[in-house]
Amino acid sequence: MIPELGHFALALALALAMAQVVTGLVGAHRADARLMGATGPLAAGVLVAVASAFACLMWAYVVNDTTVMNVVQNSHSAKPLLYKLSGTWGNHEGSMVLWVLILALCGGAVAGFGGNLPSALQARVLAILALVAVGFLGFILGTSNPFDRIWPPPLEGQGLNPILQDPGLAFHPPLLYLGYVGFAVTYAFAVAALIEGRVDAAWGRWVRPWALAAWSFLTLGIALGSWWAYYELGWGGYWFWDPVENASLMPWLAGCALLHSAIVVEKREALKTWTVFLSLLAFGMSLLGTFLVRSGVLNSVHAFANDPERGTVILILLALYIGGGFLLFAWRAQAMLPTGVFAPVSREGALVLNNLLLCSIAAVVLVGTLYPMFADLVLGEKFSVGPPFFNTAILPLAAPLIGAMGFGPMLAWKRAKLFPALQRLWWAALLGLGAFALCLMLEGQRVGPALGFAAAAWIIAAAAADIADRIALFSRPRAAWSRALGLPRAAWGGAVAHAGMGVMILGLAGMGLAVDKLQLVKPGESTRLAGLDYRLVRVVDATGPNFTARRATVEVRDGTRLVTVLEPERRSFPVARMTTTEAAIHTNWLKDLYLVLGDERDGGAVLRIHNNPLAPWIWLGAAIMALGGGISLSDRRMRVSAPAAKPALGSARA
Amino acid sequence: MNRKRRRLWVLLLCAIGLGSATALTLTAFQDNLVFFRSPSDIARDAPKPDRAFRLGGLVEGGSVTRESTPDGRPEARFRVTDGATAVPVTYGGVLPDLFREGQGVVTLGKLGPDGVFRASEVLARHDESYMPPEVADALKRSGHWNPNQGAAPPAATWNTLESAPARPRT
Repeated sequence: MIPELGHFALALALALAMAQVVTGLVGAHRADARLMGATGPLAAGVLVAVASAFACLMWAYVVNDTTVMNVVQNSHSAKPLLYKLSGTWGNHEGSMVLWVLILALCGGAVAGFGGNLPSALQARVLAILALVAVGFLGFILGTSNPFDRIWPPPLEGQGLNPILQDPGLAFHPPLLYLGYVGFAVTYAFAVAALIEGRVDAAWGRWVRPWALAAWSFLTLGIALGSWWAYYELGWGGYWFWDPVENASLMPWLAGCALLHSAIVVEKREALKTWTVFLSLLAFGMSLLGTFLVRSGVLNSVHAFANDPERGTVILILLALYIGGGFLLFAWRAQAMLPTGVFAPVSREGALVLNNLLLCSIAAVVLVGTLYPMFADLVLGEKFSVGPPFFNTAILPLAAPLIGAMGFGPMLAWKRAKLFPALQRLWWAALLGLGAFALCLMLEGQRVGPALGFAAAAWIIAAAAADIADRIALFSRPRAAWSRALGLPRAAWGGAVAHAGMGVMILGLAGMGLAVDKLQLVKPGESTRLAGLDYRLVRVVDATGPNFTARRATVEVRDGTRLVTVLEPERRSFPVARMTTTEAAIHTNWLKDLYLVLGDERDGGAVLRIHNNPLAPWIWLGAAIMALGGGISLSDRRMRVSAPAAKPALGSARA
Repeated sequence: MNRKRRRLWVLLLCAIGLGSATALTLTAFQDNLVFFRSPSDIARDAPKPDRAFRLGGLVEGGSVTRESTPDGRPEARFRVTDGATAVPVTYGGVLPDLFREGQGVVTLGKLGPDGVFRASEVLARHDESYMPPEVADALKRSGHWNPNQGAAPPAATWNTLESAPARPRT
């Protein structure tokens, strides 16, 4: 009964969303206050309906209702409750319902908190959001109904892929989707602006919080995924330039460009068409990511389905929303005249440079991700592009971007002079050079990591210089504290986010110095890596809630001092008939000792030992970036004079 | 700055951005495309020793040995086959959890002058029933297995197997 209710709620949501499209667009066109007034309650209705459907699906998972096909395929009664819950979105159908739920939440937020928006704009934004929801609800109901029944019900489900049974991964999809779908709101604002033919500073002030919130969530989601890959897959790496990873990186890059250009619209009323374009692009990249991951063109742990019908439907949706958006753009963008002066050397000039570089990087990632697929389809030639391609193509673009990250915040709006900015940054540059020299001295001819350390030092020091400059720390140290309190949070947020990027680059550079070793060790024997002795004590059997394991105990000693005891495992999951490796990681924040248990033979065990300097800083840096976004979102300016900041905060809490 | 000049600037910037991105992409493509080769492809035309490529097929039954090099580094040796030909592979690393004899495998590495493929990465997916699409394609091309006709035959029998007779499609 409850699954049928869920199915009905989805259908109801579809009907309500259709009504919302009509009332929103027609009402705004005819300036009919009654029709426009109906969009808000309809959006609330869609939210309630989708939320109920999601709750029904979750209920089926929690009670392990094996009459529901989706539960049978993806769950098992012996699974811990957390993974039963996360199993709701750990599969194709459920994750699409989560996608629509978050979209409905965004719609509800725009309806509930956007009361200060001009009513026509609000109605149009809600209508566009509903239009996106219609497409995806139709997709769910037509091709991937999560509530399909199976008869006779099997006694037991087939279980969730064990490598997905992890707390990190339980929250990876919701965070990622908050990011993806947040860009649906900026998309809706962009399309609404194109229909109205008007973009002004107020529009920028409404779009920026959404872009910022979406970007922050996306940052967290990507970082969580990367961290998960690091500790769960046991390969010792954190980013593989896998198409699925690229699919989430592209909207991140486009969104990063968007939130920077939205600043220019807000402050200078310039770059309007460009910002609208980026809004369309960011959501386009999000949809492309959804297509790549959900259609089964890629084979990985993410691709739950390999159903060409679904892929085709998502491709059609992608073409409709993005093609439609860009057509509208081509037709209406002329209407938006730029105002104000624009000089190349200025804050806005630096932001344009930032946009240009970020978009170029996104383009490189796009080509590297899609070209092998096209070549396979069109030329029949099978090849792949790996990390070397992305590294050689992206590094030359990232270098000027990192340089500009330091300069940009130092330049004044309108017209700036490069030389004073240089003067204020000389010590940051010096620090960067120092880091470069120090790394070369300590580690020998390792230019890549040395460049990384230099870049990180430059970015962090430049962010600190920016703040020090604004609070006049050196010129008037006494007033600095009160000036720091008075400094707008957006300025703090920006500096924190930039510093977070620096921290992340520190981690990346540290990982460039990582060493690893593979060794067959018998119990009692030890092996040495990076000045530490690893002694295998024993390998024993162990059992967990739904798996059995072989667990090795390894003592790590620095000379005679015991550093830590590591216990890597090889787990076998009888339900899924799978074996996974569970890496043991010991971190002291300066480096990770990372140990993987390989196969056992000749009375010993193969150990793979990694010594990863600064590894945790990669994800720490990403978290700091997201924190910077959060600080910026809490800016008074966004709350007081810009009503749309509230929905962004609302979704941040949701 | 007037409108005309601004437009010029914008166009110039876009051209620089797009141009540099294209140039970088093309140069990076030139050196870093990793082609997929089946054992039969290699028998026909061996790639240059310094060029990395991906070799895929089935792990030949009974071919896997795990030993240690004199300095205690574990090394796995196995043969990758597409039914018609097999290529010996050495890999110094921990084999993935789902690496089995008779299962599809994709390896990344370089072909040595002695005809032995030195793998730096071995990919076997986290799913028992999964067949890498390139491998399925290679097997189809060598005429040994049509994915539409069910699971692949056991790899141990492969080198003795005649080309599969073309069965009518159902």
